[in-house]
Amino acid sequence: MKKDIILKAENISKQYRLGQVGTGTLSHDINRWWHKIRGKENPYLKIGDINDRSTKGNSDYVWALQDINFEVERGEVLGIIGKNGAGKSTLLKILSKVTAPTTGSIKSRGRIASLLEVGTGFNGEMTGRENIFLNGAILGMTKKEISSKLDEIIDFSGCERYIDTPVKRYSSGMTVRLAFAVAAFLEPEILVIDEVLAVGDAEFQKKAIGKMQDISRSDGRTVIFVSHDLSAISTLTRRTILLANGKIVAIEETNKAISLYSSMHKYDNNFEYEIQSNNPTVTKVQIFTSEGGTLQGYKKPFKINFEITMPEDNTKNMALSFQILNHLEVPVLYDYIFDINTEICRSKGVNFLSFTYNELSLYKGTYSIKVHLSETKTKRKFQEFNCCAFDLDMIGIKEPEWGWQKNVCQYFEDGIWEKDIK
Amino acid sequence: MSDNNTPNDWLFEITPKNKFFSLNLKEVWQYRDLLLLFVKRDVITVYKQTVLGPLWYLIQPLFTSVTFTIIFNNVAGIDTGTVPPFLFNLAGITVWNYFTACLTGTSDTFKVNAAIFGKVYFPRIITPLSVVISNLVKFGIQFLIFIGFYIFYYFQGANLGLNGLILFFPILIIIMGILGLGLGMLISAMVTKYRDFSHLIGFGIQLLMYLSAVMYPMSLIKDKLPGYGWLVEYNPLAYIIETARYMLLDVGEVSFLGLSYTLAVTIAVFFIGLLVFNKTEKSFIDTV
Repeated sequence: MKKDIILKAENISKQYRLGQVGTGTLSHDINRWWHKIRGKENPYLKIGDINDRSTKGNSDYVWALQDINFEVERGEVLGIIGKNGAGKSTLLKILSKVTAPTTGSIKSRGRIASLLEVGTGFNGEMTGRENIFLNGAILGMTKKEISSKLDEIIDFSGCERYIDTPVKRYSSGMTVRLAFAVAAFLEPEILVIDEVLAVGDAEFQKKAIGKMQDISRSDGRTVIFVSHDLSAISTLTRRTILLANGKIVAIEETNKAISLYSSMHKYDNNFEYEIQSNNPTVTKVQIFTSEGGTLQGYKKPFKINFEITMPEDNTKNMALSFQILNHLEVPVLYDYIFDINTEICRSKGVNFLSFTYNELSLYKGTYSIKVHLSETKTKRKFQEFNCCAFDLDMIGIKEPEWGWQKNVCQYFEDGIWEKDIK
Repeated sequence: MSDNNTPNDWLFEITPKNKFFSLNLKEVWQYRDLLLLFVKRDVITVYKQTVLGPLWYLIQPLFTSVTFTIIFNNVAGIDTGTVPPFLFNLAGITVWNYFTACLTGTSDTFKVNAAIFGKVYFPRIITPLSVVISNLVKFGIQFLIFIGFYIFYYFQGANLGLNGLILFFPILIIIMGILGLGLGMLISAMVTKYRDFSHLIGFGIQLLMYLSAVMYPMSLIKDKLPGYGWLVEYNPLAYIIETARYMLLDVGEVSFLGLSYTLAVTIAVFFIGLLVFNKTEKSFIDTV
């Protein structure tokens, strides 16, 4: 079957200049112009560091995006995830024509409307109703289209009571509702959405997610959805692009992309840390899974070893705790050991600790460990970090075909069923 | 579906730069409702939470005219012929105000709208266009005042005569709007990168007013300052204002050569402005 490609990005790159002015001061402009009239290439396009915000670069120029290639099919909901500064927003800005790429091109077979943040173009002085028209028009609707959907929009927003009140009197949640309602009734072939669901209450989020599913399923519209909210991404999208430092790391099925994302900075069953100060330090964490490597079986033993290096003898009140996080970084299990209960870490140099679950009853999925080292008396925190990701699977257990999909639950505990008791 | 066989049926393409000259009129037409809504927004919101409301439109030209009359006519003794000096000044100021409003309103397009331009795409030209149109409303109100005083002076027995050319007055105003728009777009594009221009515009307009025959007839400068007369003669705005007064009050002279020159400058400025504006709109958000 041939794919029906609605959007195609080819070699998209975007360069930014750091420091005071955006894309070049006068001297760079003149240099660029001088190269241009001599028929030479822009001298500043050759240089530029990769986009890693945490390291110090050599160049004033930075590639926010580099060599981005992807295709989107008609009717697909595509997710984009990545850490802060990975280039997600830049990519969306290019997609929604807010800024142009430095190189490359995007070809589209449909109109693109964007919903970058919310309340774009809302005017506080104007009423909700006036703003629906204004916002709708900014997003590319005609007055006629908006009029015909006005009742639905107002109904969906749930702001009927306030619709003739100036928007500056709205709560932020109401503004979001109204803005999302307008966008939800847009009818572009491609809808670009960035982090809208971060605001609004749970009920509205559910409604918004439902609406977005409707948009893609029944109307066959294409949605490109960028979010930090991994659970929203996982419920809405089937395929996801994972960005890191301005480059595409993977275009995968959403579940794979999410576990890859959550594992990006760790994924080793062995974590080692060099002491850099004279503080107590967790220098090594190692997990021993039932199947070896980073694969753990359901209801099988699981062991974690810790090595804590102490600068002095007889340090008291140390506390070590850990959490097991699921792929959405939500803690599902934890345990701790305190010096005030059991003496730990009392000798200078390396101290060993180990923790074992005999039957780890977590459900299928990817997990990681968060370690926390502190001192209970002064409440001083020495370390807190994520490490040692592992996959849990139903090894040797036959899965029933119904109800056992991935991520339906995170944790199992034994209980007792009884019957005929009144 | 066999899209892969027809690789060129893309609806549009996003590329690093706009084509050398691309005013996408079709796209602007698609967004015509947005244009009207922007105009409506500008007109409605200016006077929200003010007590005097649209009266503010009237206060400024009236007071300026009074001041000019006192200083230029009573103190400096500029002769306005048979026309009452106050009416002479009011005519000049009303027309001049429209130009200033267009120029200042459009010259900070990118700066003022950075937040909205940074989030959503629509043809950027809609914004300066809406400024020019909504200022037309303001101009209309101010022009009504002028008509009011015109009638008042007429019944006072002042020697006033409309000129047949008055029929072309709307065209004159449109030319003025386009000139303001073109210049404004040019400056707005430059302001995104070099803020120096936004400082320039404030006093630049003031200086320009003195060169635009707003409070004196063009013939006066030629008589009194023959050495500097060219400053006014090369100013396309001076011809517009002089002609407007000729149409409304039947004073001064109409130079068809001068008007043709004005028209040529207006068209040139407009297209250069459009060119620079189009070039800027693609990536200004990185520099603003």
